Amino acid sequence: MNPPILQVEGYGKHFQLHEQNKLIPSSHNVSFTVRAGELTALIGPTGAGKSSVLKGIYRTYLPSAGRILYRDAMGHELDLVLASEHQILELRRREIGFVTQFLHCLPRQATLDVVAQPLFALGVSRDVARQRAAELLSAMKLPERLWSVSPATFSGGERQRVNLARGFIAKPRLLLLDEPTASLDPATAERVIGLIEGLKAEGTAMLAIFHHPETTRRLADQVVELAPPPAVEELLEEIA
Amino acid sequence: MNKILEVRGLSKIYGPGCPQCLESTGPEADTNLCPHCGSVVAIHDVSFDLFEGEILGVMGESGSGKSTVVKTLYFDQAPSSGEAIFFDNDRQYDLFSLNAAQQRWLRNHRFGMVYQNPNLGLNFNISAGGNIAERLLMSDLMDYGAIRERAKALLARTEVLLSRVDDLPKHFSGGMQQRVQIAKALATQPPLLFLDEVTTGLDLSVQARILDLILEIQQELKTAMVVVTHDLGVIRLLTGRAIVMKYGRVIETGLTDQILEDPQHAYTQRLVASAL
Repeated sequence: MNPPILQVEGYGKHFQLHEQNKLIPSSHNVSFTVRAGELTALIGPTGAGKSSVLKGIYRTYLPSAGRILYRDAMGHELDLVLASEHQILELRRREIGFVTQFLHCLPRQATLDVVAQPLFALGVSRDVARQRAAELLSAMKLPERLWSVSPATFSGGERQRVNLARGFIAKPRLLLLDEPTASLDPATAERVIGLIEGLKAEGTAMLAIFHHPETTRRLADQVVELAPPPAVEELLEEIA
Repeated sequence: MNKILEVRGLSKIYGPGCPQCLESTGPEADTNLCPHCGSVVAIHDVSFDLFEGEILGVMGESGSGKSTVVKTLYFDQAPSSGEAIFFDNDRQYDLFSLNAAQQRWLRNHRFGMVYQNPNLGLNFNISAGGNIAERLLMSDLMDYGAIRERAKALLARTEVLLSRVDDLPKHFSGGMQQRVQIAKALATQPPLLFLDEVTTGLDLSVQARILDLILEIQQELKTAMVVVTHDLGVIRLLTGRAIVMKYGRVIETGLTDQILEDPQHAYTQRLVASAL
């Protein structure tokens, strides 16, 4: 069996909205293991907190409970819940990638540069990085005439391919995928699935949420089903 | 990764100050003006670390004290109390215990500043090239030809038309003035750059070019930056970590995406909610 690189133990997340004096439960008591070269899929109804798990691992959300143990390339184990901001930034730069459904990029920046960004940040020369970005974009069949313009005006499916290419380009050790094929046509989705399989074969560990159960069936080595979090009252009792 | 700047307990009070100043101001008191002595507590107890090549955002509304933070660090104003250590290769400087000459040396050689108001950063009575030459002269480059070449290279780098090297900055557009300021700040290749609301008031397409330029510079030269802005879009696009300030106090710090998507403090939640 491949070595585990991520162990989530009892992860929980709730939001405290001060203005409305409200507690919003998001994820509750989630535990699983992700291994190198394998894909773990999160499934469950809307509101079960699937995206919240990904964001907690990436630390876009501050987890409310549990431990997220990550084993880095040097073999050191680190609890991402407690890691310093600088440790997280370094891991994001070198090891952990996240493909979300949103694309934030500089206005005016060419698509090729948006995709090459993670390599720029690693100090790869601009030419080499753009070359690699071009390879990925053509593998995903994004028309070449779009490469030099900003993705700001792209369709949902085009943006998603830009996002995916940016997530794949640095070949992270751990890749988080939030509905990466949701707005793609079947042929393009098929290509993306091929690229995911390729990355997996190269050893990238993946944690993904897929829109279609069929994609989960094809790609997942392991499926983790999340239940919706308990009602606020129960949560409050538990915290108290 | 190495630390480049360590700020601890930085405070600045305008006015006489009194024993009740601190408890009567801040986010809870909803003011930075002390009702007892009339002093303004511009900032109090600001602490943070900055690492090499990192971009840190300082965000908050006007009157939050965010500009005062960079102005004290750039020696434009003396703080009332607090400490800041600047780590420069294997040397370290205790910024506020240096004498005026040492502070000037650091300003001219190792720090750069870009102000919101180009009037503060540029001498409007000498040419764009002359502004850059001035900074190069202060950092001990004396050869006329070398200075001129370097000034031209810097202006080209920041996309200022070379045909305008000898024009006065007051005849430039706002966006161009900002680019000359950036070129001037970069003249000595400082490892630390302060940017105070650099894109505020510029039209959107010009803003985009300036942001683009700042990120390119950061990647090319690994310059560490402190970016002060009230614009959450600028914070999201430029910075990795951010500090949220209100009435002179730091009320929240964190990874930028975390502050924008999972803000912890009531004030930040309101700030983010009203911007989106």
